[in-house]
Amino acid sequence: MTGQAVIELEDVWAGYESDRVLEAVNFRMNAGDYVGLIGPNGGGKTTLIKVILGLIKPERGVVRVMGVSSEKGRHYIGYVPQLQQGDKAFPIKVWDVVSMGRLKPHLLKNLYLKDDDKKIIERSLRQMDILDLAKRSINELSGGQRQRVTIARALAAEPKILLLDEPTSSVDSRSSSQMYDLLAELNQSISILLISHDLTAISTYVKTIGCVNRRLVYGGQKEITSEMLSTAYECPVDLVAHGLPHRVLPSHQEEDDHD
Amino acid sequence: MIDIIQNIFAYDFMRNALFASLLVGVVCGLIGTLVVLNRIVFLGGGIAHAAYGGIGLAYYFGQDPMLGAILFSILSALGMGAVHLRTKARSDTLIGVMWSIGMAIGIIFVSLTPGFKADLMSYLFGSLLAVSGGDLQLMTLVALMVIVFVVLFYRSLQAISFDETFSTVRNLPVSVLYLMMLVMIGLTVVMAMRVVGLIMVIAMLTIPPATANLFLKDMKGMMVLSIGLSWLFSGVGLVLSFALNLQAGSVIILVAALSYLAAAAIKKMAIRPKA
Repeated sequence: MTGQAVIELEDVWAGYESDRVLEAVNFRMNAGDYVGLIGPNGGGKTTLIKVILGLIKPERGVVRVMGVSSEKGRHYIGYVPQLQQGDKAFPIKVWDVVSMGRLKPHLLKNLYLKDDDKKIIERSLRQMDILDLAKRSINELSGGQRQRVTIARALAAEPKILLLDEPTSSVDSRSSSQMYDLLAELNQSISILLISHDLTAISTYVKTIGCVNRRLVYGGQKEITSEMLSTAYECPVDLVAHGLPHRVLPSHQEEDDHD
Repeated sequence: MIDIIQNIFAYDFMRNALFASLLVGVVCGLIGTLVVLNRIVFLGGGIAHAAYGGIGLAYYFGQDPMLGAILFSILSALGMGAVHLRTKARSDTLIGVMWSIGMAIGIIFVSLTPGFKADLMSYLFGSLLAVSGGDLQLMTLVALMVIVFVVLFYRSLQAISFDETFSTVRNLPVSVLYLMMLVMIGLTVVMAMRVVGLIMVIAMLTIPPATANLFLKDMKGMMVLSIGLSWLFSGVGLVLSFALNLQAGSVIILVAALSYLAAAAIKKMAIRPKA
């Protein structure tokens, strides 16, 4: 299965003439990949995710998920959105959130959960080690626990691809490293695309890394290249320099020569 | 007190009023929970007020105002829904405009209609005691539709209310479901109009679920408790209005609002740590 393209973007432009968010983006992700894309806030990360999910039509270019259009292919994607503080008041139990992963496109097929669905929900909860929280309201959970719930929901969809948006934004460092261990395990069967502004968090765990800031620089390598830095000039260079578990920069880079 | 309650059941109109309150309680509990959780209270208010346009038109053309209200509330639900789905952040302005257009059409056509129109007030402020057998049949039909809709599509409704984006990615027909939900709100509005009037419908839709939400952290539980609370508020309000000879709809709303405030206060005291 390795080698087959799961997400492809060809010459994708998005945004408006005056406010271009993505420019000439080419990207190919293959089965089994674990890609981390970093980029500054406002660099088009959210737009990129929306384009991949078919929530925004790109102005130009082609997007394919599992070889078909994103509208047709997006159900293969287990989408893990950024945790919102705003929806905290919504009264819902963990089980019900995760069961959304089993939603089918046809309304009449969502009348009740079949036994198979229940088994898959249970398995997803167990995978994320939160089966004991199933009956709890999500409002009682910590940030880390809530993040596990959203990942479990994505897993319940039995995805080929996991797409995570800022997965560690409201999670403390211990639960975030636990979460990355889990993701590494999941990567044995699922391709993962992780998008974040936080280079420190992801560089240790992903297999390959790229950079998005209007343009996307990705060559399928583990290291951040000088090309990434110069093209996507706003990349969080400052994060690279200090206290990384291992080096992601091939050699010394000047930190303040952009613009 | 017992005398009053015995008296109440001696009258046909009071029995009708009670039965209507029960039906309205069910639909308001179910649909109101969705309104509150989707944060579309303003949209609900817009549908309710725009329905008055239908009443005015029906009056002018000599038709049943209920039918005019149903037609207009469904049309305004679809119109406001389309605006909401398309523009999201800015939709409240356009909804406000449609809200006023509906009211304006209603007022103009009512004033163009010659003759006696005392009962027009009842559409604005409710006339629980004037509910007829025919009204009850129509209300039962609408209540059944709403119940079937909510029970059948519960999972999907919960999903779009909680996370529209995720539901879209799962390829759920989010827009269709959303518009269906708004049409149900429109029908609910027309039903509740008989009890509390168009002006106060929004209170009937929001106060019971808001009260339930203080204590329950589950949509299903909220719906069930909202229905119970609606019944309680309507029952107490009806008895009080009968005893005090006050307008029923307004008393029901005040009972509901005071109960909500009391419940919120109790909750606040209960969670305050002891000093």
